[in-house]
This record gives sequence, structure tokens and C-alpha cells, in this order.
Amino acid sequence: MMTSIRPDEIYTALATIQDPEIPVLSVLDLGMITHIDIKENYVLVKMIPTYAACPAVNYIRNHIKKNLEETLAIQVIVELDNTILWNSDRITDIAKKKLKNFGIATPKKLANCNNLEEYFDGTPCVHCESNNTVLKTPFGSTLCRAIHYCLDCKQSFEHFKPLE
Amino acid sequence: MNTNLKKLLLQMADDELILGHRNSEWTGLGPMMEEDIAFSSMAQDKLGHALGLFELLHKDFEEMDADTLAFRRAENELTCCHLVELPIREYDFSLVRHFMFDHAEYLRYDALSLSSFTPLATLARKYRSEIKYHIMHANTWMKHLTFANEESKTRIQSAIDEIYPMALGIFEANYDENTLQEENIFIGEKALKVIWENNIKELFSKWNLTLPFGNNQAFFGGRKGLHTEYLQPLLLEMSEVLRYDESAEDW
Repeated sequence: MMTSIRPDEIYTALATIQDPEIPVLSVLDLGMITHIDIKENYVLVKMIPTYAACPAVNYIRNHIKKNLEETLAIQVIVELDNTILWNSDRITDIAKKKLKNFGIATPKKLANCNNLEEYFDGTPCVHCESNNTVLKTPFGSTLCRAIHYCLDCKQSFEHFKPLE
Repeated sequence: MNTNLKKLLLQMADDELILGHRNSEWTGLGPMMEEDIAFSSMAQDKLGHALGLFELLHKDFEEMDADTLAFRRAENELTCCHLVELPIREYDFSLVRHFMFDHAEYLRYDALSLSSFTPLATLARKYRSEIKYHIMHANTWMKHLTFANEESKTRIQSAIDEIYPMALGIFEANYDENTLQEENIFIGEKALKVIWENNIKELFSKWNLTLPFGNNQAFFGGRKGLHTEYLQPLLLEMSEVLRYDESAEDW
């Protein structure tokens, strides 16, 4: 007998599971879920990390399993998907707004550029919207963030670094 | 099983593992907070990349699991090059090592992104886009320090002179390069070295830096398990907690 669980129930539950490092974004917002499959007596969820060395992967994986099992009352298997690569375009438009409201600049589109250093200058400031900003360092408080400085409002801000 | 490919993966993973640990020694000690964070973040990336490669070796090449490969092998079983083993010393040394290694690393993953061995090509595409930031970091500081003052410029140039022969050790092959080339798996170390050197020379000419002249004897041996005196103490430190409590059952 097939389970009576519907895909939308799974997605609703996934939408409540937040990224521990950016607690305003869910695993769906970030585009970390690549596949769901409703099997006869379990649900299979496939996910990908943002950065390869993201230390939160196992935490998130267990969290998805525990949360879905409680909500849906069925066994859930969460696997890492080795066939799809995460890139910053997987962040949804709504998520980009949430990210900005949270105080982190959204990933700047990576054009084909040879000089990354200069390319990252001018990332819009999250405090005052000015483009008169410079990159301070490509590494920040988590692997996915860079630190920028606004020359107009004289404040630092973080930027979710783009990945291709 | 393709043993040449297996050896290539192992030497790559070992380089990442050891340099990752060395980079992490800057945590808490960076010359400024941003650099502390940068070296710590790059350490994290390197260990993540090592983990991915070890997992691939375990899954497809009948190797032991990642933790065993990382923490339970004897010194002569590791195939990392000498460059990555050396202590972090002062910032100039660590920066130039990071610059030399990560440029090679970027080009290696760039070439591997076209590999006929798909699981590796997939990893390579991901790692390449992350290492872009390592290169960006290295270039920024190399440039800053080269143009800052006479002392900093002299220190960067003498670090280059010292490190270059060690960096050549990155391109010691522990596998048959021609075979992997013919199988369209990887271009091989010799070809990689040529691209790497051109790349670095181009940047150096913009910054008025030079590669050392003359006959530079490469530091070889690491790929064959012959290491410097610095590797064994590092391995002991890395596995200290594990050896203290093997099963960790009380946790």
C-alpha cells in the first residue's frame, strides 16, 4: 500500500527547517533540496551542501530527518546528492530579500571576470544601499560570507559569496 | 580498478589534509583578525576537500574510510609533498606557500573539471569555484606586501626564492601520467607545472617579483612516503585525541 503522504506536506515541513548559520533561511530557500521521493514505506530526501566543507551539513541532515519523521509520522531517509552542485543561483528570490533584511548582501552575479578583487568592490551596502564599497576580505564569520566596508556610511557588512 | 587514478586522488587528498592542518595553526595567531579568519576558513575548505576525496577513495577504490585514511596511517603511507608539511613559520612564509600551492590547486581542479572520470569532474568543479577565493586572497596580500615597503618586498621575494624549489615538489607524480592522459582523466603533473609556472610568472612580472634563477632542485620524495622531519610530529598531534581514547565510548 502506498503511503498517503503528499509532496506538498513534505515541502511545507521542509520550509520550517532553518539553516543554523543563517536562521532566517530554510533549506528550501537556500536551494539545498534536490529531490524528494515518496516510497512505499518511507520518504527519501536528497540534499546538497552550499560549500563543500560546510560544517553544518550533518546537523542539517539529522534535523531534516527528525523534523519530517515527527511531522509526517513515517520513516525518512536523507541522502547527500553527489550529482548536483550547489551554486548561488539556487537561492530563491524571496530568500534573497530575507537575506538582505537579515543584514547580509545577496550573492553578486559572477560574470566572467579575471580580476575578482576589483569585481567585488561596489557590492551594494546593506545599510545605506551605496555602491561606494570595498571588499575587506573574502573570508568572514562563516565559509559562505565575505566582509565588505561601505565608504559612505562607514560600516562593515557581510556578503553571501557567490559560487558558480 | 584504476591504480594510477587512485594514487593521484590519494596524493591530492594528502596535500589538502596536511596543508589544511598547517593553515589551521594560524587560528588565534593571525597578524590581524581578518587574516586569522582567512587562514582558518581556508583550513576548513582544505579539510572539506580532503574529506570528499577520501570518501571517493573509500567508495570507488576499495580504500579504508575517511577517518582511518586521515588519522591512522603511518608516516610513510602518506603521499603529501614536502611543501605542505613544513611549519607555518612567519606570515611571509605561510602566505607565499599558500600562493604557490593554491594557484597549482586551482589549475589542477580546472583541468580535472573535464575529467572522463565523472565523480572527480563533479568534485573538481565545486572545489574550483571555492578555491577562487583562496587565490583572490593570496593575490591581494602578495600585491599589498610587495608594494608596501622595502622590508615587506624583500621578505616576500626571499620567501619566493626559498619556497619555489619546494613548490616544484607539488608536481612529483606518484602515478603514470601518460596513462591518465590517454584515458582523458588528467593532463598530468608535467603539463600542470607548465601552466602553473606561466601563470605565476605573469603575475610576478606585474609585481616586479621574480622566480629564482638557475637550476632549482625540486623537493621530491613526499609522494613516495619519504618526508621531512616535520610531518611525524604533526601526525601525532592530529591523532592525539584519537589515540587517547580509541573508541570514545564515554562521550
